[in-house]
Amino acid sequence: MPHFENVVLCRESQVSTLRSLFGERHHFSFPSIFIYGHTASGKTYVTQTLLKTLELPHVFVNCVECFTLRLLLEQILNKLNHLSSSEDGCFTQITCDTFNDFVRLFKQVTKAKNLKDQTIYIVLDKAEYLRDMEVNVLPGFLRLQELCDRNVTVIFLSEIIWEKFRPNTGCFEPFVLYFPDYSIGNLQKILSHDHPPEYSADFYAAYINILLGVFYTVCRDLKELSHLAVLNFPKYCEPVVKGEASERDTRKLWRNIEPHLKKAMQTVYLREISSSQWEKLQKDDADPGQLEGLSTYTHVELPYYSKFILIAAYLASYNPARTDKRFFLKHHGKIKKTSFLKKHEKITSLVTLQLLTLVGHDDQLDGPKYKCTVSLDFIRAIARTVNFDIIKYLYDFL
Amino acid sequence: MATSSVSKGCFVFKPNLKKRKTSVPIEEYFNKGKNESEDSKLRFETYQLIWQQMKSETEQLQEELNKNLFDSLIKFLQKSHSGFQKNSRDWGCQIKLREIPTAALILGVNVTDHDLTFRSLTEALQNNVTPYVVSLQSRDCPDMKHFLQKLCSQLMDCHVDVESKEQEKDIQKKIHCSMDFLSSWYMNVTQKMDPGRPGKKRTSSSQWQSPPVVLILKDMESFTTKVLQDFIIVSSQHLHEFPLILIFGIATSPIIIHRLLPHAVSSLLCIEIFQSLSCKEHLTTVFDKLLLTTQFPFKLSEKVLQILISIFLYYDFSIQNFIKGLQLSLLEHFYSQPLSVLCCNLPEAKGRINFLSDNQCENIRRLPSFRRYVEKQATEKQVALLTNERFLKEETQSLLENLQVYHTNYFLILRCLHQFTSSLPKYPLGRQIRELYCTCLEKNIWDSEEYASALQLLRMLAKDELMTILQKCFNVLKSSSEKQLGSSAKRIEELLAQFQSLDEAKEEEDASGSQSKGLQKTDLYHLQKSLLEMKELRRTGKKQTKFELLREKVVNFIDGLVREHLLPPETQPLHEVVYFTAAHTLHEHLNAAPRIALHTALNNPYYYLKNEALKSEEGCIPNVAPDICIAYKLHLECSRLINLVDWSEAFATVVTAGEKTDASSVTSEERNEIIHARFIRAVSELELLGFVKPTKRKTDHVARLTWGGC
Repeated sequence: MPHFENVVLCRESQVSTLRSLFGERHHFSFPSIFIYGHTASGKTYVTQTLLKTLELPHVFVNCVECFTLRLLLEQILNKLNHLSSSEDGCFTQITCDTFNDFVRLFKQVTKAKNLKDQTIYIVLDKAEYLRDMEVNVLPGFLRLQELCDRNVTVIFLSEIIWEKFRPNTGCFEPFVLYFPDYSIGNLQKILSHDHPPEYSADFYAAYINILLGVFYTVCRDLKELSHLAVLNFPKYCEPVVKGEASERDTRKLWRNIEPHLKKAMQTVYLREISSSQWEKLQKDDADPGQLEGLSTYTHVELPYYSKFILIAAYLASYNPARTDKRFFLKHHGKIKKTSFLKKHEKITSLVTLQLLTLVGHDDQLDGPKYKCTVSLDFIRAIARTVNFDIIKYLYDFL
Repeated sequence: MATSSVSKGCFVFKPNLKKRKTSVPIEEYFNKGKNESEDSKLRFETYQLIWQQMKSETEQLQEELNKNLFDSLIKFLQKSHSGFQKNSRDWGCQIKLREIPTAALILGVNVTDHDLTFRSLTEALQNNVTPYVVSLQSRDCPDMKHFLQKLCSQLMDCHVDVESKEQEKDIQKKIHCSMDFLSSWYMNVTQKMDPGRPGKKRTSSSQWQSPPVVLILKDMESFTTKVLQDFIIVSSQHLHEFPLILIFGIATSPIIIHRLLPHAVSSLLCIEIFQSLSCKEHLTTVFDKLLLTTQFPFKLSEKVLQILISIFLYYDFSIQNFIKGLQLSLLEHFYSQPLSVLCCNLPEAKGRINFLSDNQCENIRRLPSFRRYVEKQATEKQVALLTNERFLKEETQSLLENLQVYHTNYFLILRCLHQFTSSLPKYPLGRQIRELYCTCLEKNIWDSEEYASALQLLRMLAKDELMTILQKCFNVLKSSSEKQLGSSAKRIEELLAQFQSLDEAKEEEDASGSQSKGLQKTDLYHLQKSLLEMKELRRTGKKQTKFELLREKVVNFIDGLVREHLLPPETQPLHEVVYFTAAHTLHEHLNAAPRIALHTALNNPYYYLKNEALKSEEGCIPNVAPDICIAYKLHLECSRLINLVDWSEAFATVVTAGEKTDASSVTSEERNEIIHARFIRAVSELELLGFVKPTKRKTDHVARLTWGGC
């Protein structure tokens, strides 16, 4: 299949491994295949395109969506049901609660004629979520072929290595396939593949080259990179559109785009400002410095006593208890008077604001313990507003 | 009650409905069980009227303040949703990540006020953007299952469609709510709506064939990371069929988003920040509209005001609580002060005076402020005021009128003074008008040091500053129609004109002055000498410039106004009618001290139980006191660890102290057992209240959790 190379780039070896594993339609395949690799390394895409273009009967399920076992099993069964009785339109919703039922129902569903003589593929994306379900689920899926005596292969997709899945009771070992990270050359090739129709491939490839030059050191996520590529492309074209430079005038284009990309790295890449805001800035040709990012809103206004409670909590969280005497006996009065007198109810409200967190068990009613989670900068800002020199009272700064 | 049943058993009797209705009408509570003559009913009605007015005023205020925020939010939602729809075949949109539009709404730490904001936000969105608005709280969503279930059930309630509602209820019961289910539901609903009713009522929302679904997370900080992450990942995968828009309610700062969500998840969001008005500014507006105005006759005294403000600033930043405190003061005032019947608008009050009972007249005569007033009058008038009811009523009318005038002037001058002092360095009289108001209520402000230093600073103001302030004051005063202050406004206008003319005169002077100076320029020695002379001159202040003279005039003028009009309310006769002064009551109610109340109840049960037998001298324990009180008092005498046996013996001694010769009825052993049981119950009650707890350090001991003895 020559056209396959045009759709799936830089994954030739993985594709050929998978295809040889799949074999002919009626062949029994490996019972379970475990595919892992980093984010955006093409696991889902390759599997999906492969199954689709080869027109193999398959069910694709994302485990994030299935927060209960029942949802997962029902989704698989219903989709299978859909496959087997493709035309008649009316389906009864299958209900299935346990893995045992699943095996039974699976046999029933796959009795249909068009599923009978070929391998059925069940793809479980984000398979790491299976680990949080009942203990029998993962081993069950691993040997599904054996359990229901059907020609079925389960493919697991995950970002985590197989060793972290293996239950300590032992299980059937799947075929493990690794998708390595894309190299910079690969990224270049893939990103330049989808060029906008208005511009030539070379022009876009040059742009991608510059983009990778800036971002490759911080980000290798293909999704993120292509997102950034699309976001910033209009800026790159600007001189060409205005007629100030030709498409081949790479140096000029580079000078135009490079500082812009660097700014993007500090703002939009970190999600300090949203991409729509970035696009708007780009359109208005405004300076991104004007727009305040998420992190600039650090100031939190608190009621007067809450500030003191927070300061006290911070001191208690970071100073060893034995140093209390040293800090508070010498300068008596000064903070003893103010900070330690007020109100338990305020603590709960600070907990809801996530400025304090409960450590230890929830059910420990008679002596709940809290820890202050705010940063030093934050507490210094708070302390400054009430004229309290917190540094003086911190053990780490002695 | 009888039954017609022949068998023995338990029967439930539902209370008779008619009986329940005969509860006391609320206004009866105002009647402290005695004097009909004190117009309790009228007072209650007046209270309700004023409160209704205040309430609607605050609500309107809230609406205005929220308007800006809501408008920008709605604009954002509309924009981002229209972005959804036109996506289609554009090259960029196919490759770009599909981000969920997200509005981060920073609301401040006053969590109690948020509910109201969210309620009106929901309303605004439903009217302008989409019928599908859902709000979730973190406590309803401990995991994905509950999260989605709550989301489903609320969504289906949003969609009001009578015929399909029944079906959906059924479906909901059967099916686990998953994202798939939700998106298919959404498809169903929007398709059904589309052809059916074009342009019916909700015009703005039906202009899109697929209105977005807005999900409000009320307390973003408290959601668990996992739930949020999973939900965002899942819904971003379904975004094309289920157009979701998120609104995060954030109490602290938006950094929390980065703290809760890893980059992989936050990159699925398109976040914009919206900040609501700070609660301190909100308070200022509330103050302005409710308290610094003659619109409402009711006023707060300095102490009460301080309590309300400090609760706000020190404890919770909550406007709701502030207004509730205000309501409580209003209620308490009308409840406790019989003469508050006159606390209404002037014409109404004048009418009411004519119908005052003798008793009420006597109440007026007893008012301290009125007594002081009487003492200042001539002898005949004194007699008339104290004996003649009709004369008293007439006099009261005119006094109330004076009070009204006093208040009108008071607030105008207060605002003027605030214009002057709010821009001074270091704010000697406070930055906010509420601080100034409190000081003025408390005492003669001109006696305070701060006032003196403020005037000192005013004498150093530059001309343009002074002129802008004067202009502002003029605007304030012009708004009033009072005769007397009208003349003050005119005076300010004159002063302004003088400044203006000063400008022109100075220009000429400058021109001539520079000439003469230019001639004098000789050597360094002479220059120094002339500079010294000038300095000397300035210090003695003999030769002020015209501007300085004028400035002095302005300061004296404003000082005069302050001394004339900003007298503390205590100086006004009949101020008790409109001023609520019982700060203590308010403090007890709003800032309760449970520990002290508990201690009082246990230490001195008479305080609450009012049983004469419990009256006791300090330090001794009556044996008839409730068991827990006896145990409590005994435990106060112990140190950190309490021996249970000793304690029990002491308890038995106290309890049996009074009763001696009752041995005939119950045997002593039985009695001991009863006392023992009573002791155990008392101790476990104390444990429940948190005074003692069992300790592992010593068996048969308990640890005290409080300190301090009797």
